[in-house]
Amino acid sequence: MKKYEFLEHTADAKFRAYGKSHEEAFSNAAQAMISVMADPAKIEPKEKKKISVEGRDMEALLYNFLEEFLFLLDVEGFLLKEIKKIRIRKTKKKMPYSLEAEAVGDKAGKYDTHGNVKAVTYNDMKIAKSYVQVVVDI
Amino acid sequence: MEIKKISEYMWQIPKTAGMNVPAVIFASEKLMEKIKQDKTLEQAANVAKLPGIIKHSLTMPDAHQGYGFPIGGVAAFDSDDGIISPGGVGYDINCGVRLLRTSWGEKEIVPKMGSILDAVFKEVPAGVGRKGITKLSKDVLFEVLEKGSNWAVSSGYGKKEDLARTEENGCMKGAEPQTVSERALSRGMPQLGTLGAGNHFVEIQRVDRVFDEETAKTFGITNEGQVMVMIHTGSRGLGHQIASDYIKEMENRLGTEGLPDRELVNAPIQSELGQKYYKAMSCAMNYAFSNRQLITHWVREVFGKVMGTNEGMDMVYDVCHNIAKFEEHEIDGEKRKVCIHRKGATRSFGPGRKEIPEVYRSTGQPVLIPGSMGTASYVLVGTKKAEEISFGSTAHGAGRLMSRAQAIRSFRGEKIKQEMGKKGIMLKSNSWKGIAEEAAPAYKDIDEVARVSDKAGIGKLVARVTPLGVMKG
Repeated sequence: MKKYEFLEHTADAKFRAYGKSHEEAFSNAAQAMISVMADPAKIEPKEKKKISVEGRDMEALLYNFLEEFLFLLDVEGFLLKEIKKIRIRKTKKKMPYSLEAEAVGDKAGKYDTHGNVKAVTYNDMKIAKSYVQVVVDI
Repeated sequence: MEIKKISEYMWQIPKTAGMNVPAVIFASEKLMEKIKQDKTLEQAANVAKLPGIIKHSLTMPDAHQGYGFPIGGVAAFDSDDGIISPGGVGYDINCGVRLLRTSWGEKEIVPKMGSILDAVFKEVPAGVGRKGITKLSKDVLFEVLEKGSNWAVSSGYGKKEDLARTEENGCMKGAEPQTVSERALSRGMPQLGTLGAGNHFVEIQRVDRVFDEETAKTFGITNEGQVMVMIHTGSRGLGHQIASDYIKEMENRLGTEGLPDRELVNAPIQSELGQKYYKAMSCAMNYAFSNRQLITHWVREVFGKVMGTNEGMDMVYDVCHNIAKFEEHEIDGEKRKVCIHRKGATRSFGPGRKEIPEVYRSTGQPVLIPGSMGTASYVLVGTKKAEEISFGSTAHGAGRLMSRAQAIRSFRGEKIKQEMGKKGIMLKSNSWKGIAEEAAPAYKDIDEVARVSDKAGIGKLVARVTPLGVMKG
């Protein structure tokens, strides 16, 4: 099964990331987003990052999860290759959804990159049983 | 959805259930056909549903689908009872364009274009993950956020005269760095003085055609063949993070119930949260002004080195494309202070407005509309009519027509570069794919966008400029 595919959108990048679980779909979504800027297959797994985010609902959780990789790219120059471990939990806290993950990747400067994902958006966002759909602003 | 044609260049979506005001679109038949193909009109109608919106929700000729507001969306809200919405400004806060004139003709510059572009490429960091001024401390960053271009000029980046020729004199007064999150600050710290990627560029251009000689002269545009420099960039990761932070905070504190689109989340303009966003957004605006000011300085240095002097490289103007601010507008015969949102639109004030520099007060302000990579750009002049019918606003660019994925499938960067070379345009970029994404056929026809702005009366044609050398991020 393919991990993700890009759909038509005039201005921005819109993709669907598939998975048997939300965890798998979220992981593939992160990779899909980075693939707008670089080829994940070529990135070496040299650095490891721990990710921990929360959200008021699953949409917000996905938004915050993806945004983390834009943040890491800007601040630390970290370019994601793939998600190694991921766990989504529902708690009784004020922010009921939480996610913990382990990501691997490398310093962006070494790779051929293009375009620029400015932000994750809620536009046309869908969390379905077997996929998630996201439009990112570029 | 019912769409009524009001005149040759004006259309209306009448007020229906849920809408507080009608929506108005400035477009020709040709542009309207394109606009209808995505969700632009639905989004324009959604904007009309927001509380406190005044008169109409506007859509500019280059509009395309955005998130929340369409790109090319303009709306005014009552400054007491209205709202402010981060999605009505956009993620790239104060993405904008600056134009420098020069005293050179193309014949003097073209033979040295290779050296000029190489040097610009070296001086101005561009692309994904490239760093700007090294070791920017938090104190300095706070100063940038508070003072905008004033910080840049007093730190030696540029000339005092540049300030007056920048929208808001290069500094939004209400900026308060304390309203900016640590996350946004840490994204801003390494990126000041970087171009970014995507559609951002530094372009060396020639004046191709002058439509209005007198106004052009006032703007410093004297003859065809004159060389100009255009800079297009914004507030980088800092601005993106501020938008995202406040969308989240508004969601968490006010909820999204009843909103036609989650990204239309908003706060009453006079509320603590609304004010806080306004102050943070003003910080991002100042960051973007400084960013363009630094790049201007480096470009001048490059010309100074290669040409032996940079005398005459004066600013024409610097305009913002993604902002919210308070302006006075005459509405149904009454002067009112309103909160204007321009998302992918340019202010287009006519003669006499106190906000525009004295040198332009008799003509109206310069309006800069960048084209897509390899195509023309336009210099227009703001009009009284724009103040009457479009809250003093017009288009901001060509507007995309084709998705980036489709562009990559359709074009090859190498070939685009070759074809541009045949037309006498030199191109430098980090990435072939990046070139393919920004290929001209992926955009609407800029000539048509500028023509419609002129015919609708919301920005009159002054000059058309075409590229000689392009550095793409």
